[in-house]
Amino acid sequence: MKLSGAEIFLECLRREKVDTIFGYPGGVLLNIYDVLHQQRDIRHILTKHEQGAVHAADGYARASGKPGVVLVTSGPGATNTVTGIATAFMDSIPMVVFTGQVPMSMIGNDAFQEADIVGITRPCTKHNYLVSDVSKLASTIKEAFHIATHGRPGPVLIDLPKDVTVNQTEFKYPARVDLKGFKPNYEGNVQQIKRALQAIKKAERPVLFTGGGVILSNAAAELRKLARKTQIPVTSSLMGLGAYPGEDPLFLGMLGMHGTYAANMSIQNTDLIIAVGARFDDRVTGKIESFAPKAGIVHFDIDPTSIKKNIRVDIPVVGDCRNVLKEMNRLLAAERGVPWKKKHAGWLAQIEEWRKAHPMTYRERKGKIPPQYVVEQIHKLTKGEAIITTEVGQNQMWAAQFFKFKHPRQFLSSGGLGTMGYGFPAAIGAQFACPDKVVFDIAGDGSIQMNIQELATAVQHRLPVNVAILDNRFLGMVRQWQQLFYDCRYSSTCLHSGPDFVRLAEAYGAVGLRITEKADVPDAIREAIATKNTVLLDFIVDREANVMPMVPAGASIDEMMLDDGKGKKSLPKQQADKITG
Amino acid sequence: MRHTISVLVENKFGVLARVAGLFSGRGFNIETLNVAPTLDPAYSQMTIVTSGDDRILEQISKQLNRLINVIKVTDYAGDVTYLNRELVLIKVTAKAEHRAEALRITDIFRAKVVDSGPAHYTIEVTGNPAKISGVIEMLRPLGIKSVVRTGPVAMARER
Repeated sequence: MKLSGAEIFLECLRREKVDTIFGYPGGVLLNIYDVLHQQRDIRHILTKHEQGAVHAADGYARASGKPGVVLVTSGPGATNTVTGIATAFMDSIPMVVFTGQVPMSMIGNDAFQEADIVGITRPCTKHNYLVSDVSKLASTIKEAFHIATHGRPGPVLIDLPKDVTVNQTEFKYPARVDLKGFKPNYEGNVQQIKRALQAIKKAERPVLFTGGGVILSNAAAELRKLARKTQIPVTSSLMGLGAYPGEDPLFLGMLGMHGTYAANMSIQNTDLIIAVGARFDDRVTGKIESFAPKAGIVHFDIDPTSIKKNIRVDIPVVGDCRNVLKEMNRLLAAERGVPWKKKHAGWLAQIEEWRKAHPMTYRERKGKIPPQYVVEQIHKLTKGEAIITTEVGQNQMWAAQFFKFKHPRQFLSSGGLGTMGYGFPAAIGAQFACPDKVVFDIAGDGSIQMNIQELATAVQHRLPVNVAILDNRFLGMVRQWQQLFYDCRYSSTCLHSGPDFVRLAEAYGAVGLRITEKADVPDAIREAIATKNTVLLDFIVDREANVMPMVPAGASIDEMMLDDGKGKKSLPKQQADKITG
Repeated sequence: MRHTISVLVENKFGVLARVAGLFSGRGFNIETLNVAPTLDPAYSQMTIVTSGDDRILEQISKQLNRLINVIKVTDYAGDVTYLNRELVLIKVTAKAEHRAEALRITDIFRAKVVDSGPAHYTIEVTGNPAKISGVIEMLRPLGIKSVVRTGPVAMARER
């Protein structure tokens, strides 16, 4: 039987076991939306902006491990997805984005709502397609899902001209995909893994450094096994948080610009880094020449381009993190007689000293709510089980520092691209993926406004998503840099005329609460958790609280500003109280 | 350092843009680029000449491999011995007193005249890039009207 392109689209999504898509209709998608209207297998979530749809699909993908699916119209619908696609690309999130396109005969004519989205997204997708003929539609969709979810994951875009959705062809879904140019290497080379094991056995002060790859490849269990067996301490990039439990004694906290003192010092003094699914981003390494000066580096990654990109590597292993760790654990099981605990006791004692010398703390000023305290309370009152999404800036760093993540897929944040406006739609996507979990978007008053229109989406679906705005009436992270490096000249970072978030929430039909006293913080969080509706918590926090520790741009990661009264560098005088507004 | 990179790709639209984008996105100039279908018309062979720091070129080479439409990447820098040939058309002024000299140079370089007129010869030369540059230097004093070069194509020698 012949099916139309729109029917084939639907049938392919069924075969890929897609249950939820996020999107926004338009002229060239009328046939597809008509088909969607007449079925019940796939729910379509109408966001209020296409960027929101992509971030929601991204949040859905990160929380569930399944690919996110987006459907938007041509022209502006398509161009509005670009930030979301680039966000997913930088963080290797599996996603398939369908964009409508003007009919084939009109492409290139500057037709109404035409944009060359394949050209526009070429550098920020893993791969993309223009489907020029309905006979190629099914195989293209099959390939797209395969590419998005295999190897190092990433977003794939499919551009669908309107005539392709109308035309009919015999439906045949390929059983398998065979792409000559896409054969990811899943199994690490055993000889290399053995070399890595020898290096671990020889090392006196080893450190495991984990990145987002551990989460993407579902390797957390193998990682935990390896670390516990060998008694090697673990530090993580922002993207890797949750792979190793945040409250485990072997966990050092995050590494890098806003990493813990213990993590940064251990990297600078280690003789062996075992990097797993990490890509040595500049936010992690600081000044590259002085990063880990004494260390040999073992690097496990599925993507050869991640290896030796920023940093020298002594033992590279290209393969899926979970497979490589599994093989490592298998080899380790045969290694009897290595007294791991004894071997690393001195090193762990040294790390404990660093930890005690400069633990994660924050300043408290009388009568103010420290923003870090809000994060700590969310952690405490959700028993560390909540899914946390973040926006970007101070809110993101405080969430990473003060929430002790227990599980992978629990911390969803735009690490690579650093997209303000990511957190709230991502929280919506995560809540759709995990309806029984408590979800908090930890936001700033600046970034929440970048996709605040999605309150309407959350309320429409009665999602119990919670937004905790750490409201300092500043673009806080930029302000922090201005304070520290630009002599407190707060250029364009004061948000004097922000909206009344409580009334705004109410206008959308959500619950809004404003919290101005520290003593009221726990109850407000409890109330948010108990409320079945969407809740927006407006925490009026200490305006000039800073994210500390901090490694200034271009410095080594052991040159840290600490702001705990014990650090080398003092901070410029604060002046928020002088600024009105 | 100069690199000659051979890239086997699927013969599909947009592939050239993907490959070129990897270079332009890093601020790298492609010096020459040659693309044509292989024996199997489903694939094309590209030969790219570029120059840059070895570390960055290793990265580009890996990034090329990561493209879905790229089947194989060979970087001929280093110890791989390879054949490297380019074709060039040179339109040279050839008035009475210079006609003989133009033909002599053509002969020396085993080139051939493919078009002629009362005041010009168009000469076709193939060879490695050094030879091509040599011909051009020899013909320059006669007055070169225009030059079109294909850029080199490369192939590994059989061992």
